[in-house]
Amino acid sequence: MTWSEMQPLLEQACLETLIMVGWSTLIAVVGGLPLGVLLVLTDKGGLLQNTVVNKVVGQVVNVGRSLPFIILMVALMNFTRWITGTTIGSEAAIVPLAIGGIPFFARLVETAVREVDGGLVEAVQAMGGNTWTVVRKVLVPEALPSLIASTTTTIIALIGYSAMAGTVGGGGLGDLAVRYGYNRFETGLMWVTVAILAVAISLIQFAGDYAARALHRRGGRSGAAPKLRLLKAKEPAAADVGKVA
Amino acid sequence: MPGAHIRAAHSTVTETHVITTSGLTKVYRSRGREVTALDGVDLHVREGEVYGVIGQSGAGKSSLIRCVNLLERPTSGTVTVAGQDLTALAGRGPRASRELRQARSRIGMVFQHFNLLSSRTVQDNVELPLEILGKSGKERSRKALELLDLVGLADKAKAYPAQLSGGQKQRVGIARALAGDPKVLLSDEATSALDPETTRSILQLLRDLNRRLGLTVLLITHEMDVVKSICDSAALMDKGRIVESGTVGELLATPGSELAAALFPVGGDATGDDRTVLDVTFHGEAATQPVISQLSRTYNIDISILGAAIDTVGGLQIGRMRIELPGRYEDNVVPVGFLREQGLQIDVVEPAAQPSALVKEGAK
Repeated sequence: MTWSEMQPLLEQACLETLIMVGWSTLIAVVGGLPLGVLLVLTDKGGLLQNTVVNKVVGQVVNVGRSLPFIILMVALMNFTRWITGTTIGSEAAIVPLAIGGIPFFARLVETAVREVDGGLVEAVQAMGGNTWTVVRKVLVPEALPSLIASTTTTIIALIGYSAMAGTVGGGGLGDLAVRYGYNRFETGLMWVTVAILAVAISLIQFAGDYAARALHRRGGRSGAAPKLRLLKAKEPAAADVGKVA
Repeated sequence: MPGAHIRAAHSTVTETHVITTSGLTKVYRSRGREVTALDGVDLHVREGEVYGVIGQSGAGKSSLIRCVNLLERPTSGTVTVAGQDLTALAGRGPRASRELRQARSRIGMVFQHFNLLSSRTVQDNVELPLEILGKSGKERSRKALELLDLVGLADKAKAYPAQLSGGQKQRVGIARALAGDPKVLLSDEATSALDPETTRSILQLLRDLNRRLGLTVLLITHEMDVVKSICDSAALMDKGRIVESGTVGELLATPGSELAAALFPVGGDATGDDRTVLDVTFHGEAATQPVISQLSRTYNIDISILGAAIDTVGGLQIGRMRIELPGRYEDNVVPVGFLREQGLQIDVVEPAAQPSALVKEGAK
């Protein structure tokens, strides 16, 4: 198989993967963020403590997350058909991908939000803020570096899932690799897809890490970013002697 | 505010109570066990004063200050701040009612660990309470810059909290607490995470704000020095109860006051068995009289001074001296009476008096 033969196939497959992963990530983030925040708020000692809601949502998220994706996909077939009118193609694959992605992201959000210092919540309450203010002004912005890292993890997981979805008619790079590489022994094309995926995943990871670190450095909670500076003696923080108003 | 009228340079204390708690009780229940953090606390903080609540960890100070703005719901009792009964506003259920949130926005609070949002600049942190109050962007930034100027951090407006020292962070915390123009500032161990020098500058700032803005400050601390350097009144807490309270002057005038002794310790042990050891406290008029030499001449007795100190406590010039008279107490009733007549406060030191827990804590 020559490169000119491969090129249109690859372009098509990349586009399909991009559509599947792009849309499902978007839906996973939009759906998972409120769910994750809700899990923290309704937990014991949370601002909206509610054991029933917490247990139910927690259980749904657990089941959604632990189910093998291929089974979820098959199980959701009727639902997918109801939504998109078909079970074949990239658009159809978005449905199970998004539904698999929501609980995945929700758990990561929960962990990220839980790490926000409770003192900040208390400070905003003392200012007269309500729960919604706490979520908007404290929990989400303060957890943002972790939330970006969680999004990166979710995108990469969804790329993995999308390859699975591809084999049952979703298209994309996974489908290409199986059809040509496995069924027709076109190892050349298979390795090209492997290379594309490897590069794409590395780039996404790099971009995600970079963004998270940039935000973190700005926020600068100690202990995270500066690894190289350990060798240099830390300069003492500006003294605040004689600054009395 | 800079340029705003500066009130009387010394004291702004009036007789109106701005914070009152009565019968405040807080019981924590967990796994069937009950812990009483507050056990019927009656607190009266007058308008314009700096009131310090001191006690060891676990004494209930933290619960007390959190009950004042109802971050903690008291189990029973009432809290009144600036004439408003907050416990009545609380509403049912764990969530704060709208009225309570409005009342809270008029009570500033500063925290031991500053609690600044790391994702926001210094200015944006100070603007946060104003955002909650729904002020316009222009008004917010004007007010925030004004407050940062007031706490001496005008040049750090665009910095992030991570770039500041501990003392600077607490200044931002104070500026933020003042954003809602509160009459009352609650300070939860605001200097406990700071080094001694920075502690002094933060206390100085609080004192300054108290005087310039007529701000009432309720602070909790475990450091006697904090009470000593800025408080007009103080209360000692132990096991959820207020053991002693009053203005610093009243406390010092209370015989056997544990707080007074801890605020102003004098050392020195009796040199022998047949001796009477007295703690003499001078303040006000009495401090200017040569009482010791009068005593010596009038009764012809030799007086040894075991320890003495003169200090300013809560803006009051106080002298304390531990003296020793020859003979047992029974032999010295007349000279002791003489000293009392001079308007001095005399505490007879028992030979083997055990130092109280608080004094031991202070000595560490």
